Amino acid sequence: MKVLGFLAVAFTGFLLVVAAEDFPAWGDAASPASTHLSPHFITDAVEETAVPNMVTAVLADYRGFDTMFETAVIFTAGMAVILILRRTRRGRDKHAPEDRTDELVHKDLITRTIVRLLVPFIQLFAIYVVMHGHHSPGGGFQGGVMLGASFILLAITFDLRTALKRIGERKNILLANAGLFIYAGIGALCLVLGLNFLDYSALISILPATDRIMAHSHGMLGIEIGVAIAVMAIMVIIFANLASRGRYDKGL
Amino acid sequence: MIWQLDLIILSLVVICAIAAITVKDLLNASIILGVYSFMMCLLWTEMGAVDVAFTEAAVGAGVSTIFCISAVFQTKRRTKD
Amino acid sequence: MDMILAKYNYWIYILLMMIGLYAMISKRNLVKKIIGMNIFQTAIILFYVSIGAKRNATIPILEHGHGHGDDAARTALDVAAYVNPLPHVLMLTAIVVSVATLGVALAIVLRIYRQYGTLEEDEILEQIQ
Repeated sequence: MKVLGFLAVAFTGFLLVVAAEDFPAWGDAASPASTHLSPHFITDAVEETAVPNMVTAVLADYRGFDTMFETAVIFTAGMAVILILRRTRRGRDKHAPEDRTDELVHKDLITRTIVRLLVPFIQLFAIYVVMHGHHSPGGGFQGGVMLGASFILLAITFDLRTALKRIGERKNILLANAGLFIYAGIGALCLVLGLNFLDYSALISILPATDRIMAHSHGMLGIEIGVAIAVMAIMVIIFANLASRGRYDKGL
Repeated sequence: MIWQLDLIILSLVVICAIAAITVKDLLNASIILGVYSFMMCLLWTEMGAVDVAFTEAAVGAGVSTIFCISAVFQTKRRTKD
Repeated sequence: MDMILAKYNYWIYILLMMIGLYAMISKRNLVKKIIGMNIFQTAIILFYVSIGAKRNATIPILEHGHGHGDDAARTALDVAAYVNPLPHVLMLTAIVVSVATLGVALAIVLRIYRQYGTLEEDEILEQIQ
């Protein structure tokens, strides 16, 4: 079986190597990937959207649909994990893992104190990454993952119940829904105000003192906040379900 | 685009990938996967893809490693293969 | 020979992809298969991002670009001085989808362990039959 697998993989690798002969040289500025649409993105992103970070401009404005469905994929993954693993009935598992409480309960005083001091700063930095994503590398996903990671840090250092007291199961699901709702809601708002779905120019009528170009920038900030909230909630949901086999009683 | 740095980090990446699927302890494999993600993040920073590197550092080397470790702790740690 | 040396990066990317594919096909443990899937995904993302790299080019963030009305100071942007941002955007989506897939795959592995008590593929197949 392993020899057969190795032969199949070697044959696929050989086919790929033969196909890679036609690829452009690495770092070529005139390669086909850099000549059709991306010069337009590079030269016109700041003029049309007032956002210097080209990657955020393309992600949230020119390709806003992709980002919306990606947030929907994250949301679906969180719901799938809940549906597969969650158990609320009391009962023994047929094949429970061996009880490792004696090697895991040794909670250090140093780590507890430092984590208690660090978690607010991690969350503040995560909110900064979300808000400053227009001018520096960052954006909605990175900030959302860092916010989720701060709660996971709390769950690892203290107890899973301590972290779940701060942000319980019902609130998590509500936050995930709220994040996706904000994203689609801004798109629908643009539709209601007269233009296409996710066309941010329609937001001039409700935002005070902006012109067409700055409305794009504000619309992008709104959807980045929605993405960050949804990603944070889903990361905490997946970790809480994986770390306790769905019972939410005793974590790692 | 400095080719010497690229070659060194790429060879480290290949060594980490082969090690991650060869070790017999699943906890070791998860940690080596975390190292692999960190090396990928360095590679993308050197190519100029700073947003992708930021996302991989937060997601791959942070959250993905902790998912693997928490799943391994609920099941067996040794594997025969 | 010169062509082989000029495209050395593609050979290494293909080697990484094949390592991931081999782990997905031939390993018997389920968690090793999932690790192989993750290696395959990151190798493909590496290949795509390397398409957009350019020699002597800087990161795709404009330096003094926070004004949008100063026509007099707007210089012609040199397209070859900035790295192509389009593969970065697509691969951001791919990284986030890969972590979602990892979460669901590990949840399914835990459910299989709860039902069968083992994670080796041949033992699970024996118990099914």
